[in-house]
Amino acid sequence: MVAVHHGGLDVRRLRLPVLFALIALASASPIAEAARNAVPGLELSALDRPSDAGEIIELNWSLTFSGKTNSFEILRSTTREGPFKTLATTTKLAFLDETTEDGVDYYYKVIADLDMADAVVDTTIKGSASLASRVAGPVQSSAQWFNWGRINTLVIGGIVSAAIVIFISLAKSGRKMFIRKIAGLEAVDEAIGRATEMGRPILFIPGIQDMDNVQTIAGLTILAHVAKIAAEYETPLNVPVSRSLVMTTARETLREAFLAAGRPDAYNDEMVHYLTDEQFGYVAAVNGIMVREKPATCFYMGAFYAESLIMAETGHEIGAIQIAGTAQPAQLPFFVAACDYTLIGEELFAASAYLSNEPKQLGSLKGQDTGKALGMIAIGLGTLLFTLGSLFPEADIFNSLGNMISSVFRVR
Amino acid sequence: MRRQIPVILTSVVGILLVVAFFIPHEPFGTLGEDMTVFFDIVAVFAFILGGGNLIKIHGDKIYKKSKDWQFSIVTVIGFVGMLSAGLFKIGQSDWCGAVDRPTALFDGLYRATFDPLMSTMYALLAFFVASASFRAFRAKNREATILLVSSFVVLLGRTPAGEYATAWIPDSMSIFKISSLANWIMSVPNLAGQRAILIGIALGVASLSLRILLGVERSHLGSDSE
Repeated sequence: MVAVHHGGLDVRRLRLPVLFALIALASASPIAEAARNAVPGLELSALDRPSDAGEIIELNWSLTFSGKTNSFEILRSTTREGPFKTLATTTKLAFLDETTEDGVDYYYKVIADLDMADAVVDTTIKGSASLASRVAGPVQSSAQWFNWGRINTLVIGGIVSAAIVIFISLAKSGRKMFIRKIAGLEAVDEAIGRATEMGRPILFIPGIQDMDNVQTIAGLTILAHVAKIAAEYETPLNVPVSRSLVMTTARETLREAFLAAGRPDAYNDEMVHYLTDEQFGYVAAVNGIMVREKPATCFYMGAFYAESLIMAETGHEIGAIQIAGTAQPAQLPFFVAACDYTLIGEELFAASAYLSNEPKQLGSLKGQDTGKALGMIAIGLGTLLFTLGSLFPEADIFNSLGNMISSVFRVR
Repeated sequence: MRRQIPVILTSVVGILLVVAFFIPHEPFGTLGEDMTVFFDIVAVFAFILGGGNLIKIHGDKIYKKSKDWQFSIVTVIGFVGMLSAGLFKIGQSDWCGAVDRPTALFDGLYRATFDPLMSTMYALLAFFVASASFRAFRAKNREATILLVSSFVVLLGRTPAGEYATAWIPDSMSIFKISSLANWIMSVPNLAGQRAILIGIALGVASLSLRILLGVERSHLGSDSE
């Protein structure tokens, strides 16, 4: 190799330092600063959404440069090379593609619309103010056979159900179960007896919801017991309902209850009658019945909303003994204020088992207590952990454990 | 048999729906929605039973001139009138078409008669709340006194007067402002109580559902025994 001399200076020797100097100079310029920030830019991941019924692919992306973005354009193709078709535009860092077909390969690309005057710049796709991610894929959507997000519900539900079944078996085998007295249910017989003595009817309202509501079913289970005693005492029973299906079911309940009481002749279909589906139309009609017929006893058992207090106050005004039960927390204060006895939440669902006094049904109530014990332990432990977490913020373990307990009891 | 078939049907459908909750794959994934649609279809047919029952009971009352039979006339006219207006869904005139169209006869009747009647009933609630509160908020014992005081704080804390009355309290002691106290009562003791009730309800629902699915609970079918 021939050395090149130029004015006594060896250019070959200078080549490397000059190169470094040029790089250093270039690095200091604003354009280069932006280029360094923008590379690699946009990290995209595309996954089949877990625990779903298929036909959904989940896209997530993150920005690895400091700069603002206006929006992101999501593109999809069935081949890596394209052509890519725009699916949507979003300002978020995630997107659910709900237009996929299960078993088909999809490729995705996200283009960020940058809000940086000095940003770089993928000129290959959209011009100078955008940045494209690498192509992610292939990814296929598919339906899953198990929702892993609900495994906690399955485990906790399984424990509670197993406890209920075990206690039912224990009760069947003759083991004595202690069940605390529920004042509202103890008063049922007394309330029916009062109506009998006064020679006035009993009014039973099974809520204003349809048969697909578990509170209505709980109400009808109580109606069966009330009807049986009313049939024995020959006390008139009036059951106005707001749903046609409830009417047919309640009629069947009453017919069988009267049969079980040995008084099938005392039953007639008109005991259960339909009024209207409309909430306030129903309450107006029920109030009319109360004021005209002056029932001695009123039962409100089921799902209630704003009409609860209107009915219960009217019942109070006519001097009826009133027993209510609902699982609507917002209506409970109204019933407590206006009724003689109120079954609060779970007591409504326990009523039938309690009234039947059958060991196997009482066993289920005992099993239910296992769930309560589990809940109490978790709440106590969670409270303790989060309290410790706030007292000792440097120790992450408390908050982590607390969050873990919290996520175990979260329904997804 | 009469009682066994409903128990078997309930158990099968109930267990299927429980299974469907954990399996997103077809045919389980949409089972819950399908069942809701089936229920709606059955409920639509049951409307005929409900309407028929209404007409029968009130028709009898009018025919026999039973006590307060005049009210039954209003009921029957209201029912038949709205039903007829609903039938005008078919037709080309302005007052025909979809029942919720602003110019439809049904919608007009609904807005002109039913809406005001419903509002009137709902408005009555204010008076019932006042009379029930008057009875409930009496300091008869310790618990009732706590209820009375806390309800007073909450009521006052939700009004501008309450805010104004404690505006002089410095920000460093803002917890003692009546609006802060009201918020604390609602978000701490009240919420804790509500959550306890909700946990009990959830367990109660699970227990009752299991009793029904296992056929232990049969009283809604008329009898506890076989």
